[in-house]
Amino acid sequence: MDQKGTKLTTTDSSRPASTLPYTQPVLKATGLVKTYGKVVGLDGVDIELYQGEVLAVIGDNGAGKSTLIKCLTGAEVPDGGEIWLNGRQMSFKRPQDAKQFGVETVYQGLAVSPALDIASNLYLGRELRKPGILGSVFRVLDSKLMRKNAKAELDRLGISTLQDVTVAIENLSGGQRQAVAVARAAAFGSKVVVLDEPTAALGVRETNQVLDLIRRLRDEGIPVILVSHNMPNVFDVADRIHIQRLGKRAATITPKSHNMTEAVAIMTGAASA
Amino acid sequence: MTTDTAQTNPPPAGPPPAQHDLASEFLDRSTPISRLRNLLHRYPALSPAIVLVVAIVIFGIISPRFFFVNNLSLITQQVAVVGTLAIAQTLVILTAGIDLSVGAIMVLASMVMAQTAARNGVPAPLALLLGLIVGLAAGGLNGVLVTRLKLPPFIVTLGTLNIFLAITLLHSNSASVVGTDIPGLITWTGTTFPVVGVGITYGVVLMLVLYIVMAFVMGRTAWGRHVYAVGDDKEAARLTGIRVNRVLLSVYVVAGAILAVGAWIQIGRADAASPNAGTDLNLDSITAVVIGGTSLFGGRGTLWGSLLGALIVGVFRNGLALAGLDVLYQTLAVGILVIVAVSLDQWIRKVRN
Ligand SMILES: Nc1ncnc2c1ncn2[C@@H]1O[C@H](COP(=O)(O)OP(=O)(O)OP(=O)(O)O)[C@@H](O)[C@H]1O
Ligand SMILES: [Mg+2]
Repeated sequence: MDQKGTKLTTTDSSRPASTLPYTQPVLKATGLVKTYGKVVGLDGVDIELYQGEVLAVIGDNGAGKSTLIKCLTGAEVPDGGEIWLNGRQMSFKRPQDAKQFGVETVYQGLAVSPALDIASNLYLGRELRKPGILGSVFRVLDSKLMRKNAKAELDRLGISTLQDVTVAIENLSGGQRQAVAVARAAAFGSKVVVLDEPTAALGVRETNQVLDLIRRLRDEGIPVILVSHNMPNVFDVADRIHIQRLGKRAATITPKSHNMTEAVAIMTGAASA
Repeated sequence: MTTDTAQTNPPPAGPPPAQHDLASEFLDRSTPISRLRNLLHRYPALSPAIVLVVAIVIFGIISPRFFFVNNLSLITQQVAVVGTLAIAQTLVILTAGIDLSVGAIMVLASMVMAQTAARNGVPAPLALLLGLIVGLAAGGLNGVLVTRLKLPPFIVTLGTLNIFLAITLLHSNSASVVGTDIPGLITWTGTTFPVVGVGITYGVVLMLVLYIVMAFVMGRTAWGRHVYAVGDDKEAARLTGIRVNRVLLSVYVVAGAILAVGAWIQIGRADAASPNAGTDLNLDSITAVVIGGTSLFGGRGTLWGSLLGALIVGVFRNGLALAGLDVLYQTLAVGILVIVAVSLDQWIRKVRN
């Protein structure tokens, strides 16, 4: 992980400076197409995510950022295009397919169950069962262990806004709900973590906590895709920036190669890369 | 491990204290009314429990005969069938659906059980099994229509209600089967045994066993949790990695199995199988579930609440009859209860905002 300091000079700005020129991407997609009836959500999008980087995805409302995230993570099946994870071609049919390969996602709508508590939400769909026949035959959940682990995981991730894991989600503030969703992805993502606007409802302190968490994930070897409208945050945390425009990738830039004004110009079509 | 918690946990006097610090910031606790609302929101079975106790006290005062052992026995028997149907109904309503065909499935299964045994000479255990299979198949049909054709459960079960009734009438030639023609095993659910003087039927016991088993399944297994999650927010459940359609289908199939047991209980209770038995059981089961605090919007409610709801319906009908009021007042009372219960649910749900 000492590559971070060694800045390789490369002419190809679509590769992270921190990666050797011919490293294969952890997650790669080519020619992704997704249409909803007459609406074109994705119009042939390529994207690459490399080891050791935070890749930000920016774009105007409706540019296809969330659609891209959904297609990459099994929440939507693309009409066309290919997805590769560590060199293996994938065909994710549903979100659990991607989860199975260690790709965890915070979707824009958060996808938490309001009536269930924090611990249940963290473990939803991958519940722990009691040891022995109680678990194997009678399928009894080990709620105590899940609560204990959930608490430990929140501590480890440094998410201080959630104290009590037995509180139902509906009793949490918007920012706290977002923290639950981020914690779930960070806790279970072993290959890639994808975050679609994870800080939209957060205060300054909580936003910084999430940005720290994102950097920590990257440094622990889990690359992160971050969708955000917040330019300062993006330029703060991202290694590279994928600019999505009208269902296409307009450019991939880095915070070094371009400044915010230039990025916004590409986003809105006022300039090209 | 278990003894460990018993020591470290604070004594269970009311809700555990530290647990709600976080939540309390976002709940309005300023007035007694809003505190009551929070309480009811947290414990959905609380309001039906209060209503039941109050109803029992009032009816006991109005008519001393209410507490006679024969009458108590009668109430439990009346509740056994509706209570069992309410289990199936609760599962479906928890997924934000509704099952209008519970009565029809129960009657169909009961006619299959009674008729194959009485008319076709099928051995009693096999006849019960056939009834169970019919229940599973009928529930499965509902489930397939809801998940594959993506039709609203209300429409699907409105259709299958009529289909199942028609099949029942065709299959039975619209004729009842009397108890004397039915093997003892099938009418066993009507047999009573005394519990502190009150005659309890095996059908009532069967219903209680179903409640215990299903409450365990709903509270302590992943499947139960997934049923709540699907009813709570379908898209969120899907994105979390839950197979929403599989959960929905299984709910209807399990409901069908429970309804078949309900059919068995019904035969014992009536000491007969009649193709016209289930007409008002649909609405009574929905009433029980709604009074029991389960939200029609899904994801919220408990089975025990539904049992309380079924008891409330039974106690009201019985108590009003004992007080010498016409059946129409029972119907009126049940109607008012439903409206009040749903309004209460709406009011309680405002806690969220
Ligand atoms: N389920 C859907 N059905 C129909 N159209 C959709 C659906 N999801 C997305 N779209 C359309 O696809 C396009 C891209 O939407 P998408 O949600 O990906 O945008 P976005 O870049 O995430 O925007 P935002 O910044 O507002 O989140 C939009 O035109 C949108 O209307
Ligand atoms: Mg979006």
